[in-house]
Amino acid sequence: MELTKEHILTLLEEVKDPEIPVLSLVDLGVITGVEISEDEHVTVNMTPTFAGCPAMDYMKKDVERTLDKHGISKHTVIMSFDKPWDSNKISDKGRQHLKEFGLAPPPKYNMVLDLDILEYATCPYCNSDNTSMRTPFGPTLCRSMHYCNDCRQMFEQFKPL
Amino acid sequence: MNEQAIKDLLYKLADDQLILGHRNSEWTGFGPILEEDIAFSSMAQDKIGHSLAFYTLLHELGEADPDTVAFTRNANQFHNSQLVELPNGEYDFSLIRHFLYDNAEIIRFEMLSQSAYEPIAKVAMKLKGEVKYHVLHANTWIKNLGSSTEEAVLRLQSSLNEALPYALGMFEVSKYEQELIDAGVYAGEEAVKAEWLQRIQTVLDKTELTLPDLASITPKFGGRYGEHTEHLQPLVEEMSEVFKIDPTAEW
Repeated sequence: MELTKEHILTLLEEVKDPEIPVLSLVDLGVITGVEISEDEHVTVNMTPTFAGCPAMDYMKKDVERTLDKHGISKHTVIMSFDKPWDSNKISDKGRQHLKEFGLAPPPKYNMVLDLDILEYATCPYCNSDNTSMRTPFGPTLCRSMHYCNDCRQMFEQFKPL
Repeated sequence: MNEQAIKDLLYKLADDQLILGHRNSEWTGFGPILEEDIAFSSMAQDKIGHSLAFYTLLHELGEADPDTVAFTRNANQFHNSQLVELPNGEYDFSLIRHFLYDNAEIIRFEMLSQSAYEPIAKVAMKLKGEVKYHVLHANTWIKNLGSSTEEAVLRLQSSLNEALPYALGMFEVSKYEQELIDAGVYAGEEAVKAEWLQRIQTVLDKTELTLPDLASITPKFGGRYGEHTEHLQPLVEEMSEVFKIDPTAEW
């Protein structure tokens, strides 16, 4: 089979966020580029969501394992801040998967991420906007904790960044 | 660009993050309420991740690898400000330190994201978004507690008075200061400090706390040049204890 960027991206759909198993790394937006050289060496560029995310090394190894599994032995996976991740990079499909998983997707924002956006969240259970942030620090670095004043449930949001 | 000047800047950024990260991690299991235990633990994780990003840039400039740099130096080789090495104390002290430190750090990252030195600009661009949450957290609690009960206000005011000379030490200029400014690396410590004063004053104005008269305070300098309080060496020993048992271990 001919190696193409699209083909590699389809394979990488298999690799999920280890802490949110419904979300692929491609939909999360941490795969920032795929290059294939003339001698079929595949280079995958990745960027961490949060700089201190303990899962990034695991994700990188998972990408390498997946490429190996599909017979792509010549590969290099590079983790860098060259194209920094932000939450707008999560795809629409990724947002839908997050919501079905019970995690509020981060609101999309235009250029400036201000306090209103950091504190804003739509309840993933009842879609109410009548919610309040309890703490910006949840069970993982990428999640914050919110309370829905309508359905009266705590919920988590994937933080806007 | 003078590589020594860049290294000096990277060391102070990285060491501040590493040391405060470790102090924050000491709240794990001891927070006054569960959410604060988690908040300080999360900020610890962020800050240690941030120090790794800066130590990695140092490694690319020929310094030892990040673990070696982080865990094999003695206190007098650290470039962190004395503010970050002080013991956690009671929660009010940790909260005040967090407020004073993170409001300065975000300004530093905002400025450095425009830096003429591209590797720093890339990392700072990334980190400033994360530190936003630390600032949001600190400012929210200062506003809430700083205008609550008499005891809370008294405790916070006393911690603010105690921490401020050390906080001013964050802005101790490096011997390469003018060089870094001239090269467009960043606008320099005086510029960071001026902006910092405005931002913390805006928050304090919403509370019953007052910023002591800065003219009457002698800043605690020395940290950027390896002069530290008695508290740093024991901290460095504790945080490097596991690494030193077997520096060649693979994790």
